[in-house]
Amino acid sequence: MLDVFCHWLQATPLSLLISTHFWIIPALQTVHILAIASVISSAFMIDLRLIGLVRGEQPADEFAARFLPFIWWPLPILALTGALLISAEPARSLENPSFGIKMALLLGAITVTLLYQHRAAHLGRALRVGIGCMSLLLWTGIVLAGRWIAYTQP
Amino acid sequence: MPSLHPILQFLQDTSFATAIREGDSLFPWIECVHVLAITFVVGSIIAVDLRLLGLASRDRRFSRLNAEIVPLTWSAFAVALTSGFLLFSAKAVQYAANLSFELKMALLLLAGLNMAVFQLLTIRGVRAWDSGPATPLSAKLAGGLSLSLWIGVVICGRIIGFTMTDISS
Repeated sequence: MLDVFCHWLQATPLSLLISTHFWIIPALQTVHILAIASVISSAFMIDLRLIGLVRGEQPADEFAARFLPFIWWPLPILALTGALLISAEPARSLENPSFGIKMALLLGAITVTLLYQHRAAHLGRALRVGIGCMSLLLWTGIVLAGRWIAYTQP
Repeated sequence: MPSLHPILQFLQDTSFATAIREGDSLFPWIECVHVLAITFVVGSIIAVDLRLLGLASRDRRFSRLNAEIVPLTWSAFAVALTSGFLLFSAKAVQYAANLSFELKMALLLLAGLNMAVFQLLTIRGVRAWDSGPATPLSAKLAGGLSLSLWIGVVICGRIIGFTMTDISS
């Protein structure tokens, strides 16, 4: 079923356009990485603040609010560049275990981010540290799984 | 670069470089660490650049934002440098001859120079613009240059993956 979809997607004009112009894939990947840079640096700043490794004069929730837009607004860019990269070589990711892991971790990271976005001010210290660590691990896992897509091709 | 060749070959023949080159998963794992560190370095530097350009964090004192972010940027840079050196060592001769790699190193050097000029000279006058959203031309120039150079570093880094044989893109 997935295989049929991959073959169909690969035959679309969009897929052909991307895969026959050698510079489009590295260009899309560069935009993808720059958007990830925004997400990772912002998420890590918040996580380190939640854990208590970064001290700020602002309370954790105000600190988080400053960096949160730089997590949320790159996400549509990541979805778009990611979707275009998939359309160029569907089987490379859709049938790749690393890609599945990356998407599962992404779901987790978004859930944790939403959690502290709405609850950071009301969390006890232990819970704040726990959520900070969880977010740190999830975002790290996303980058690692993303890089492994290149090495675990079906 | 013929004069560098013996050094590159020596580096490539060290036991750790050989282990990275010949191992099944050592290279990808070090690459993961490298990419993770670079995303933090680039993302955090761009945050400072956007403040210098007056495009973000306009209500934050520049000196506070700088003090909050830059120490972490340096830690991540140390990780990126170490992991990058290990990756380089695995195929030192081939990387040194790769145009994208050479360009990446040149851009890194320029980014460092730009930062040195900013931190040693431009920042002396920070009091005049520390708290306001408007920044002087020298600060905007430093931010704009830094932003462009680091984007260039990422572009070159990505192209290396496509122009080195034997290494997965």
